[in-house]
Amino acid sequence: MKKLMTLTVNDRAYEVAVAPNRTLTQLLRDDLNLLGTKEGCGVGDCGACTVIMDGKPVNSCLVLAVQADGSHIKTIEGVATSDGLHPVQQTFVEMGAIQCGFCTPGMVLSATSLLEKNPHPTEHEVRQALSGNLCRCTGYQKIVEAVQEASRRMKK
Amino acid sequence: MKAYNVINTRLPRVDAMAKATGDARYAADLAMPNMLYGALLQSPLAHAKILNIDTTAAKKLPGVRDVVTAKEAGLVKYGVSPARYDEQVFCSDKVRYVGDEIAAVVAVDLETAMEAVSLIKVDYEELPVLLDIESATTEGAIAIHDDFPGNVGAEVHQEFGNFEEALKECDIVRTDRFVNKRQDGGFLEPQACLAHYDLSGNLTLWSSTQSVHYVQRSVSMVLGIPIGKVRVIKPYVGGGFGPKAAVNTMEIAASLMSRRTGKPVKMVFSREQVFLHSRARHQFFHELTTGVKKDGTIVALKNTCHLDGGAYSSFGIATIYYAGSLLGAPYKLPNMKYDGYRIYTNKPTCGAQRGHGGVAARAAWEQQLDIIAAELKMDPVEFRLKNIMKTGDVTCNDFNMSSLGMKECLEAVRDGSGWSKKKGKLPKGKGIGAACGFFVSGAGYPIYRSETFHSTATIRLTEDGGAVNLYTAAAEIGQGSDTILGQIAAEALGVTLDDVKVHSGDTDFGVDLGAYSSRQTLMSGHAAKAAAEDAKRQVLEALSEVLNVSPADLDIAKGVIVFKKGKPDFSRLRTAYAKEHRGWKDIPSEGELTFKEAARIAFLTRGVIIGNGAYKPGELGGKYKGAAVGTSPAYGCSAQVVEVTVDMETGKVTVDAMTDAHDCGFAINRTNVEGQMQGSLSMGLGEALFEEVRFDGKGRVVNASLGEYRIATALDMPNVRTIIVESDEPNGPFGAKEVGEGAIMPTIPAILNAVYDAVGVRINELPITSERLYAAMREKQKK
Repeated sequence: MKKLMTLTVNDRAYEVAVAPNRTLTQLLRDDLNLLGTKEGCGVGDCGACTVIMDGKPVNSCLVLAVQADGSHIKTIEGVATSDGLHPVQQTFVEMGAIQCGFCTPGMVLSATSLLEKNPHPTEHEVRQALSGNLCRCTGYQKIVEAVQEASRRMKK
Repeated sequence: MKAYNVINTRLPRVDAMAKATGDARYAADLAMPNMLYGALLQSPLAHAKILNIDTTAAKKLPGVRDVVTAKEAGLVKYGVSPARYDEQVFCSDKVRYVGDEIAAVVAVDLETAMEAVSLIKVDYEELPVLLDIESATTEGAIAIHDDFPGNVGAEVHQEFGNFEEALKECDIVRTDRFVNKRQDGGFLEPQACLAHYDLSGNLTLWSSTQSVHYVQRSVSMVLGIPIGKVRVIKPYVGGGFGPKAAVNTMEIAASLMSRRTGKPVKMVFSREQVFLHSRARHQFFHELTTGVKKDGTIVALKNTCHLDGGAYSSFGIATIYYAGSLLGAPYKLPNMKYDGYRIYTNKPTCGAQRGHGGVAARAAWEQQLDIIAAELKMDPVEFRLKNIMKTGDVTCNDFNMSSLGMKECLEAVRDGSGWSKKKGKLPKGKGIGAACGFFVSGAGYPIYRSETFHSTATIRLTEDGGAVNLYTAAAEIGQGSDTILGQIAAEALGVTLDDVKVHSGDTDFGVDLGAYSSRQTLMSGHAAKAAAEDAKRQVLEALSEVLNVSPADLDIAKGVIVFKKGKPDFSRLRTAYAKEHRGWKDIPSEGELTFKEAARIAFLTRGVIIGNGAYKPGELGGKYKGAAVGTSPAYGCSAQVVEVTVDMETGKVTVDAMTDAHDCGFAINRTNVEGQMQGSLSMGLGEALFEEVRFDGKGRVVNASLGEYRIATALDMPNVRTIIVESDEPNGPFGAKEVGEGAIMPTIPAILNAVYDAVGVRINELPITSERLYAAMREKQKK
């Protein structure tokens, strides 16, 4: 039996009917066609499906779609604005923080969320904030550098 | 050094914008109208005869469109090397590991397909389960494959020089054993595919693969579809590292079910299925005997290796050769004997993974060399430098080091890490270790015996001259090949990277063996360069005719025509271009004649300008059996220094610093080179400290998740330092060679050597868990 629910995704309101066993990842990907959210494990281990839910980064594979009823979600599609890329995206592009790109959407959302709460994180704080987002390609070096550089640019 | 405009830069990747914004599409993101969803039935038993398969109930489930088993798929054998075709799409006689595929279902949605899978009834007769090399090779053990009684799937025996004779002149002879653990690829994107067999009998298969070429050949052969009617396309791929280099059952099953239903079929692996499919790093048991003179000259090495292969051969037939041949360098070694045995066991199949076949051997040997250096009372770096190979050296197994900055790498990490201030001078619990390594820059031969080009490339200029389309079947899997090939083409043609559109990973775009053995930069790079030069030649010839200037006096750079002997009057040409493009915004008006205008002239006089490039290595290496594995047009090399802290109370190892230097030839993209080095460090660190696929007594993987199978997180990695050492590789495009895999070679032994420096114990079994190190430290205290 599907449940009717409303939620706001990337500042756009949706009303959708979802089955109670659907995850937020599935809702975003399959029902809203927001395919930038990736599923790497489905059990909350890898962080590829990270989205921002009511201001906090969550593994969307661990959130049932119906739990997001009434909530505000930001996905990777909502990070860039009409002014262009978010500084985190910009530094990821410029500084080689992206390789295969599969972890990138989740990584970008975790990083932007960190900088909102803590605009000037130390290297350790950056690593801590990204430790739930696995990346097998980069060794995290350029990702950490890109987040630090974004933090510097946002200061200005 | 020649000045370049596009290469040797830090240009952002061509796919970075798509990936940063979530626009990039991977196989699991693809969909088509009327698409069906497939699911696999995989064996719950590690070894059993199949007595009967009953699909009646599954077929009756509403929403199910097709159920296929070996009866429908056929019994065609396939695999990676034609010498060991031992796989079938679906098991017919028996299952050989937990996860072996028995059937597939396609239905209107995934839930229905999975429910139908659970309704398939299979009657088994359980057979003895052979989970390790010992039990598989015991006298009288049941054969996992009938053709291989004794379960030795492959063996290799090689000797270069004379090991026994050489030992007589050695002052120190040491034998050590070493074992790593089965690793998982750990790529973030689980394999996925979408197959569409259309009404004209053409199959299009989108798949998360490292080689569209091998998948095309396998699907065509197994399903009996003419190869001209099979097109394989690789969308963006979320990492591969080796396990995605061979065809998988899912790709063939989806294609089969699409043909049977006439509908597109999509299939996606769960994370658990990624572990079951495996095809990742083997477990290697090495026994190394090394003989050295008292002045520190390395004289002889005997290497015996047993590989736990799992149920099928896959890339293992190459792995077993690499496990021997990749110790031939980077130290002068006149005598080398190798005996390798790959054993079938009832576990998921192992294959290739970053540093294919050589990583455990390298770890074992570099640790042993450290022990020997200590016995010689030599500094381990000095000991290595004393034996180091240089450009022009040829190994005893006939690998030609056509460029080799090994000495420069080792000196760079020694100096960059402050080695001489730290080695032997750190407090207890802190240690520093060094190691070296090298790797091939592309396999010298294809996996199947063939005279084929390894890479082709085509450049097509648009008729307005405004864009350069590069077509290649090379596989961008995250390593950056699209960017590298785009840069190479842009440099060779004389335009900017922005002018080049890279179209890759599609069998319709040519032949490319794919992303394995670190071959894309060198091999596909050669093809892209040749194609760009061919297009450039045509443009300049056309221009030369119109302007009456010799082609030899013309060149193209940064998107404009270079007139070597003074600018002729090209105003007529410019006016014509402007007239043709009236109202366009980007009509050239500056003082230089642009590439765009020249390319337009070429089109007007010759038709569409197509540049062609193709590459295959020349005659390489020795004539001995197995010489094909490990010979390469070029070899990359690297050195690392690692610093660790060991918690004396718990045995926990923390890596504090890593200094890495890699000789990649001439660096095409410096940011990408560093990225490959840094990624290698993290994969090596993971294998050294915690990665291990574990099994229960029935052959089931007990940690088939990224929570319980731990790869390095951002907190496990120190802030690393990467130093690019450049050599000029004569066999590489613009002097470039590999970095993707070679950089992992020194990581594990550098950590092992640092741990020894910190606490004085040698660990001969990976991973270096707290328990293992703590036990070893206790053992040492007792003595």
